Amino acid sequence: MTTYKLPPIQSSEITPRELFYNRRRFMQLAAGASLTALFSDSVLAGEQLANVKKSTDSLADELTPYKDVTTYNNFYEFGTDKEDPSKNAGSLKTRPWTITVEGEVNKPKVFDIDELLKLAPLEERIYRLRCVEAWSMVIPWIGFPLAELLKQVEPTGNAKFIEFISLHDPEQMPGQKSATLNWPYKEGLRIDEAMHPLTLLTVGLYGEVLPNQNGAPIRIVVPWKYGFKSAKSIVKIRLVEKQPVSSWMEAGPNEYGFYSNVNPAVDHARWSQAKERRLGDFLKRPTLMFNGYGDQVAQLYAGMDLSKNF
Amino acid sequence: MKNLKTLNNNVLVWLKISVFLLALIPLTKLAINIYLDNLGANPIEKITHVTGYWTLTFLLITLTITPLRRLTGWLWLVRLRRLLGLFAFFYACLHFSTYLVLDQFFDWASIAKDIVKRPYITVGFSAFVLLIPLAITSNDRSIKLIGGKRWLLLQRLIYPITIGGVVHFWWLVKKDITEPLIFAGLLSLLLVIRLFYVYTKSK
Repeated sequence: MTTYKLPPIQSSEITPRELFYNRRRFMQLAAGASLTALFSDSVLAGEQLANVKKSTDSLADELTPYKDVTTYNNFYEFGTDKEDPSKNAGSLKTRPWTITVEGEVNKPKVFDIDELLKLAPLEERIYRLRCVEAWSMVIPWIGFPLAELLKQVEPTGNAKFIEFISLHDPEQMPGQKSATLNWPYKEGLRIDEAMHPLTLLTVGLYGEVLPNQNGAPIRIVVPWKYGFKSAKSIVKIRLVEKQPVSSWMEAGPNEYGFYSNVNPAVDHARWSQAKERRLGDFLKRPTLMFNGYGDQVAQLYAGMDLSKNF
Repeated sequence: MKNLKTLNNNVLVWLKISVFLLALIPLTKLAINIYLDNLGANPIEKITHVTGYWTLTFLLITLTITPLRRLTGWLWLVRLRRLLGLFAFFYACLHFSTYLVLDQFFDWASIAKDIVKRPYITVGFSAFVLLIPLAITSNDRSIKLIGGKRWLLLQRLIYPITIGGVVHFWWLVKKDITEPLIFAGLLSLLLVIRLFYVYTKSK
């Protein structure tokens, strides 16, 4: 198994201790979690995840406060305002939940979410999240590399791309009652991107089960790409030979490309990507190539014209 | 109804004061929410949106005065138009300042690039610039100075300005165009009513 070293981050960005350990909230959550544990063994949003390997990086960007991470979301399945998902996502039922993995694989399989949670050791990963709208956050996600799941299903030689399909159920996801995007939400990666150790199959954040508005019960996080590439509430993963077309590519082909790597040199059709506002900051900061993960991922795109393959 | 057509000056003064205070409510609400840190995770974005929203709203309210006066026969309505138009300018100034100071923090190079390269900023900025002469000449002295006819002609800039404002909103939205569509619908209605009046007058 490959161990992976996360890129170092400036010490000036270390989180103040009290922000990280909001004791009061932790105590409340712990009390709530242990109470629920008496009655059921299913894992619900807000509960602490057990046996998580804490992030060992001594240097980290200042974490975006939990409240901002969970109330400022782009998740159009629950409405297009940033506050909509936190208000409306209560209708999402995350149990029972299965993820079908199919297509160019030797062992297609339907995974139950609780089975998936035990597939590989959970670890914490502190990643920057750069939205295509030029704001960013820093989030302590919990999950394991998507590669661990893919190994189980044995992709064939024809598996050149991977497609993620999110839940389509307007009863649970009221935003799907309007045709804002072509539902279900579809996203995709090249297979080498999907197998990259930074690509995280994510089930939690801030030590707890993923809140519904953040893509519960299971989502992908691809930290060197714009946020919309990281599909939420996934029900199906398909390995395919041809490059899939994502919902955003259908919505605006000249604005949203398949790759959508964070790139300060390639502007969105209607706004600049050179800078971003880290939530909580007043001044904008320069956006980093590949969102600062260039050392890890730049070689995936060697020789490619990134302004054409945006 | 007859006595509603004209108001005595005393009532009009009170009406103007009321409109003035009402028009300050959005700003007051915004100030309170800033003070209470109640604007969510991205307050600068929120302030930009709120001030932009009220600029467009006051532009549309201003454009409603004339058709409403014709419809009701309440001649005094026109005496509120200047005040409402100036509030549109006031919120536009707040909107532009938010962009200049809070969003860009005087990054002139980036602002220049925005204005040249991004159509929604080009059209929004142009609309704001065009609004300035209208605001400056919104007084009786200017009317006398310029001459009533030419002054009226100048004030017709309100049409391209408002259209520009709505287009600005439409073009910046990522996907959900519900709100810009509502503004566009109301503006179209106001313009069609005017065309109708022009048409019936010429007949």
